[in-house]
Amino acid sequence: MSTAGPAGSIRRAVWRLRWVFLFAILAALPYMLSYSQQEIAVLLVINVLLVCSYRLLTLTGEWSLGHVVIMGVGAYASALLAKQFGIPVPLSMLLGGCMAAAIAALLSFPLFRMKGFYFLIGSFAAGEIIRLIWKRFTDPFGGPKGLKRIDPFPDIETGFLSIDFYEPVNYYFLSLVVVSVSLFILYRIERSRIGLTFHAIHWQDRLAESVGVDTFRYRTLAFVIASFFAGIAGGLYAHYVGAVNPTRFSVDQMVYVLVWAVVGGTTTFHGPILGVVVLTVINEIVLRALGLDTARPLIYGAILILSVLYLPHGLESLGPRLRTRWQLWRSGSAAGGRELA
Amino acid sequence: MNPSGERPILEARGLTRRFGGLVAVNNFSFSVHEGAIHGLIGPNGAGKTTTFNVISGFYAPTAGQVLFRGLDISGRKTSALAAMGLVRTFQGSTLFQEFSVLDNVRVGRHLGARAGFIGRLIGTDRLSERAADAKAMETLDFFGLQELAGEPVSNLPHGHQRMLGMAVALAAEPRVLLLDEPFTGMNPEETRRMMALVRRIRDRGVTIILVEHDMQAVMNLCDIITVMNFGALLVEGAPEMVRNDPAVIEAYLGSTDGAGHAS
Repeated sequence: MSTAGPAGSIRRAVWRLRWVFLFAILAALPYMLSYSQQEIAVLLVINVLLVCSYRLLTLTGEWSLGHVVIMGVGAYASALLAKQFGIPVPLSMLLGGCMAAAIAALLSFPLFRMKGFYFLIGSFAAGEIIRLIWKRFTDPFGGPKGLKRIDPFPDIETGFLSIDFYEPVNYYFLSLVVVSVSLFILYRIERSRIGLTFHAIHWQDRLAESVGVDTFRYRTLAFVIASFFAGIAGGLYAHYVGAVNPTRFSVDQMVYVLVWAVVGGTTTFHGPILGVVVLTVINEIVLRALGLDTARPLIYGAILILSVLYLPHGLESLGPRLRTRWQLWRSGSAAGGRELA
Repeated sequence: MNPSGERPILEARGLTRRFGGLVAVNNFSFSVHEGAIHGLIGPNGAGKTTTFNVISGFYAPTAGQVLFRGLDISGRKTSALAAMGLVRTFQGSTLFQEFSVLDNVRVGRHLGARAGFIGRLIGTDRLSERAADAKAMETLDFFGLQELAGEPVSNLPHGHQRMLGMAVALAAEPRVLLLDEPFTGMNPEETRRMMALVRRIRDRGVTIILVEHDMQAVMNLCDIITVMNFGALLVEGAPEMVRNDPAVIEAYLGSTDGAGHAS
């Protein structure tokens, strides 16, 4: 086919243009928002990383209730490393991610003796233990009040460039870069044989094991990678907000992550991103405008029920569904036209 | 066929497996020689499947040993056994139903396609992945499934799914292949084709152990048959011998005396 070449290159150009368009919107976004909305945008970007890292764990078929606590491990570790040992903040964030990964690796030994529902409950219990440790030990974790006055991300001062990360706009761009790089890594992992193996464990762990997949090791790997990026999200959060406490990482917060993932759908990479973006927009713009933002748990619950009933495959399934309906409608009307003729 | 004195490739010694008070396998010993097609049969509840699961590492034995090429492997993980060359299949269509046919076999190449984590991330695993894909296609070709490589598994008819299950196992390059009821639910034509495939796999140098209910297939296919009853060894020998053994006939049909009394 002689048209395949040009058609392919056009498609590739369109695809590239889409990315350029997306980044243009993301770059322009903060300048279209108010100051408080800019702050929400920063948290939204951080939450995108949180929910996407969570999806990597769900690829193996296990759903955890401890992911937000793991994010907290990253936040506490990064904050403490910066406060107590004076480690520069970018490095402490990275070490916070490593700490979250290390805790996940330790937790794997008891947790991956369980599967499915038992794993879910086990992960909840493990998370509560970590939260109790934060509450119980005032030194160094600050007890129920948590840590305050966490060192901010250092300003960049060069001769001609000075960036103050206290400004939400600047922190938004910092988070955007960190999260984009993280998402790219998560995407590469999923598209590689490692991702194939995660899926294989999800659908038939016995068969995977029988051809040599060490299912325990791969489940641990998924948990460790997911936790590393949750820890990075925690570090970004801690050094932006400047304070962390055990309540911030409670199971209530975990429920939001679950709702984002379920409403968005976890089959595709972009599903959870759709979920967190749409629900944040609904929450922060629509509900706030209506003065209903205190009813957030109620509304989230309603949205969850509605989406499970009417959109069981999540927001991610909406695009393809509309497309097939449009094609059906078009071919239907074309056939109708022929009949008339 | 098997020169005596040669070390068996797989051996069970005094294998016992209890579930609570139930003794599923009781002091069972047998050995499999390299290059054989070895059948493991017995009436329902004889302990065949439990034996199979102990050998393939799904259960640890309560007592006794499993030796693979002279090495004690009892209680090792299934994945570790696969890495040593001992691979099992499953009853029915246990497959990655959500994957394409090719991706199923690609998972089967897990052990062959080695690469580090960073290599996977930056794409330097391309060569080993290309080799794995080629090997997967070759395996599909062996089973005559190459045309279906891109199909989702759920679209495949039952017979093809069974062959694919064997393809996934064969892609792991086993030295010993444990087949769990490979002919169940197949029509005579499918069984005949499957038997020919099993022989061809053996001719590639793979030793085969199979648990099966289809007596005709077992008698035609196996070089040697081990019969279990009540968790223990009943008889072992060539098909003709096993077929005519009074103890085997009794185990399957009940004692002729008992039948006489009943009527």
